Amino acid sequence: MVEQSDAGLSRRGLMAVGVASAAVASAPSATAAPAQDAPILATVTLEVNDRKQTLHLDTRTTLLDALREHLKLTGTKKGCDHGQCGACTVIVEGRRINACLTLAVMHEGDTITTIEGLGTPERLHPLQAAFVRHDGYQCGYCTPGQICSAKAMLDEIKAGVPSHVTADLSDKPKLTEAELRERMSGNICRCGAYSNIVEAIAEVAGGLVKGEPA
Amino acid sequence: MKFDTPATTNPIDQLKIVGKPVDRIDGPLKTTGTAPYAYERHDALEGVAYGYVVGSAIAKGRIKAMDLGRARAAPGVLTVVTAQTAGKLGKGDNNTARLLGGPEIEHYHQAVAVVVAETFEQARAAAALIKIDYERAKGTFDLASAKDGAPPAKDNPDTAVGDFDTAFAAAPVKLDEAYTTPDQAHAMMEPHASIAAWKGDKLTLWTSNQMIAWSRGDVAKTLGIPKDDVRLVSPYIGGGFGGKLFVRADAILAALGAKATGRPVKIALPRPLMFNNTTHRPATIQRIRIGATQDGRITAIGHESWSGDLPGGGPETATQQTRLLYAGANRMTKMKLAVLDLPEGNAMRAPGEAPGLMALEVAIDELAEKLGMDPVELRVLNDTQVDPEKPGRPFSQRRLVECLRTGADRFGWNRRQARPGQVRDGRWLVGMGVAAAFRNNMVMKSAARVRLETSGQITVETDMTDIGTGSYTIIAQTAAEMMGVPLHRVTVKLGDSTFPVSAGSGGQWGGNSSTAGVYAACVKLREAAATKLGFDPTVAEFSDGQVKAGGRNAPLAQAATEAPLVVEDAMEYGDLTKTHQQSTFGGHFVEVGVDAATAEIRIRRMLAVCAAGRILNPKSARSQVIGAMTMGAGAALMEELAVDKRLGFFVNHDLAGYEVPVHADIPHQEVVFLDETDPMSSPMKAKGVGELGICGVAAAVANAVYNATGVRVRDYPVTLDKLLDGMPTLA
Repeated sequence: MVEQSDAGLSRRGLMAVGVASAAVASAPSATAAPAQDAPILATVTLEVNDRKQTLHLDTRTTLLDALREHLKLTGTKKGCDHGQCGACTVIVEGRRINACLTLAVMHEGDTITTIEGLGTPERLHPLQAAFVRHDGYQCGYCTPGQICSAKAMLDEIKAGVPSHVTADLSDKPKLTEAELRERMSGNICRCGAYSNIVEAIAEVAGGLVKGEPA
Repeated sequence: MKFDTPATTNPIDQLKIVGKPVDRIDGPLKTTGTAPYAYERHDALEGVAYGYVVGSAIAKGRIKAMDLGRARAAPGVLTVVTAQTAGKLGKGDNNTARLLGGPEIEHYHQAVAVVVAETFEQARAAAALIKIDYERAKGTFDLASAKDGAPPAKDNPDTAVGDFDTAFAAAPVKLDEAYTTPDQAHAMMEPHASIAAWKGDKLTLWTSNQMIAWSRGDVAKTLGIPKDDVRLVSPYIGGGFGGKLFVRADAILAALGAKATGRPVKIALPRPLMFNNTTHRPATIQRIRIGATQDGRITAIGHESWSGDLPGGGPETATQQTRLLYAGANRMTKMKLAVLDLPEGNAMRAPGEAPGLMALEVAIDELAEKLGMDPVELRVLNDTQVDPEKPGRPFSQRRLVECLRTGADRFGWNRRQARPGQVRDGRWLVGMGVAAAFRNNMVMKSAARVRLETSGQITVETDMTDIGTGSYTIIAQTAAEMMGVPLHRVTVKLGDSTFPVSAGSGGQWGGNSSTAGVYAACVKLREAAATKLGFDPTVAEFSDGQVKAGGRNAPLAQAATEAPLVVEDAMEYGDLTKTHQQSTFGGHFVEVGVDAATAEIRIRRMLAVCAAGRILNPKSARSQVIGAMTMGAGAALMEELAVDKRLGFFVNHDLAGYEVPVHADIPHQEVVFLDETDPMSSPMKAKGVGELGICGVAAAVANAVYNATGVRVRDYPVTLDKLLDGMPTLA
């Protein structure tokens, strides 16, 4: 294991140097690993983009991997697999979620919309067309997540769901620039297309309401 | 085709399609999720097994023993590949550390094993069953303490013109300050990913890579097979920023796993492995000394930089721009390189200039304050139209002054209060900052094949990559302009090593160089088509799908009625980059608000004015610049790989710990391109913008924070904890 007396680190010493290095020690450890049983399989039926899909899956399969690897719907992207980037955003039962943070078997009967369900290259959804017009993307990898997120986000504003920057919780939230930027902040774009993404979304939403800067 | 004399008038100058802000031709695919990235090639092959990479848990030392038994016996596991089982492996020309470590370990999270299984879940679970005994060796992980013994960086000699020491000592106004920039991560959205498949001795890799030809060679070298047996396919790349210039462990381990199992194997690096397994922008410590006359003329300028890398690695060339950016008769630069046992340092967007300008452009701001001068005026006063080290060598174009003046005008710079901490807007202290942007323009040989199909469609094939830069679109615009057809009559195929070798995507050379290669091939196709149709190729004009000469015209498609016309050519470069310094310029203007009580920093406005030759597509070029401004904002305010100096690794190795800008951090951004052509760069008369955009941004932000608060931070990132002690007393 990592603790070696020649480096002056005993197990006790290693624990003392902090959480991060403790994680280093546990990564290759075999003690906590499960027994070598065959994977547990389960059957789940999802309604993806208006089509019923029945899958027999290892129960460890995330919704993201069910979509990408089993249904071959690779429009939903894996950026971090840890709920930190938003590239895997899909709409489940009308709400946006990170598909990497949920297991497929938890979604029996659920209605799921992915980027492929919004439009096709020949028939773009208005958000997709606006992203093209405003150049709201560069490498394209976060783009499906941004678009799915934007669609659900606009519905959240309509439904009166408040956010961190909503000043008055008793008032219906408005689509200000601050609200839009705050609500889209779970979708990282490392290419830095934010300025254009906001303009694309605002155009589809019929313009921004003027508000206080964040 | 050789480019060795300045460009004259050519068909690109028609600007019917080139220079227009057309939508990206790959936009409908990217926005619908139908553009296939490396890990997603269900269309290309079936029966793919999954690989999961195990990274070293120590930074330096050796593996004493590996227990692979439980992993091998785990359900679904097909094989476990380690350095012991892989056979002899070489190392790519562009890799510093080996891509499969063991028994020697060179850095934390260096790959030491890959588990291949039927499913991703099985491979991941089995990877956790591998037990490794390590023998840890003492490593060096702290740049600050390794700095003093660091030798000069090899291949980067000290530079000296005039007598810096004497001139600096004699200067009536002096600045002598140290600045630090931290290790930074590319953190592109798509993890490094590859699928490998063997057919006999032939390997195909669907991978995510910026430089196809370099990487094809390095895959062959690492695996010890002929280059001709390797094919790389990389049509869509989910961001690179330099992090995908070279072959990484995903590609090599997928190839080894596929060889061992006889099955295609796909591997994506797990996000928490990427930060320590792959490359990063190295931290720097910089010392800048500037001496000036009372009226602000620089008489002495010196820039020294220290960085670290693994044995055999290179320095972060942070002094680069200081050789060229400002006038001054007495000048020197020095770079020292310490050996550090951290993960491999290498190129990230604008290597050298990005961290170099983070320091230099704050130093200029500090000098302006000492002189009681406006920082725009100080920069204008010290402009130079020639290489300051070789005054006989002019810049091909240099409109830095115009960038700064235009920017100042549009930004309302005259409203800036020179004395910091004076402007209040509610709870916000408001400040403005400026910095010069500077990045050299490199040109690279680039080839393309163009085909006039029997249908009249034009097909362009080149191994050029589009990493979000817009290559597909500007290449299509170039071919359409040259052949006189509408944009939709051009098909562009990229990123395949069976196509002619291009410049690739790096160093902001890709846009100008790859389109120049397409230009060369199109010149040849025009000759072939004109000849075929019986026109004099020297006078034939191509427009509206017709070829015209001598009062007669014929449809272009007619030249290919019997069979497609196929030609190939490359653009190569002569001495123009030696006789003329080719660089790109800009001015960055930033306004920040700093919360008077908490010192929270918010960027309120950003403007960049750029002079970078002909802008081939103002829409995608603007995106390059706003993206770079965003990354620059990250460098200014949040990005820092935290080094564990005891155990030798980057602690914040995921996207929750390594913070990059999100929507809420970035305001609307303005970009202005000066109308410019540079006939010295290529027949396209274009230069790069993708890296220019990040150069100077962080300094402009830091200068704005100073202007808002009066607190000067020389240790990036500029975070609120560094401001709190010095904040103005609340009124």
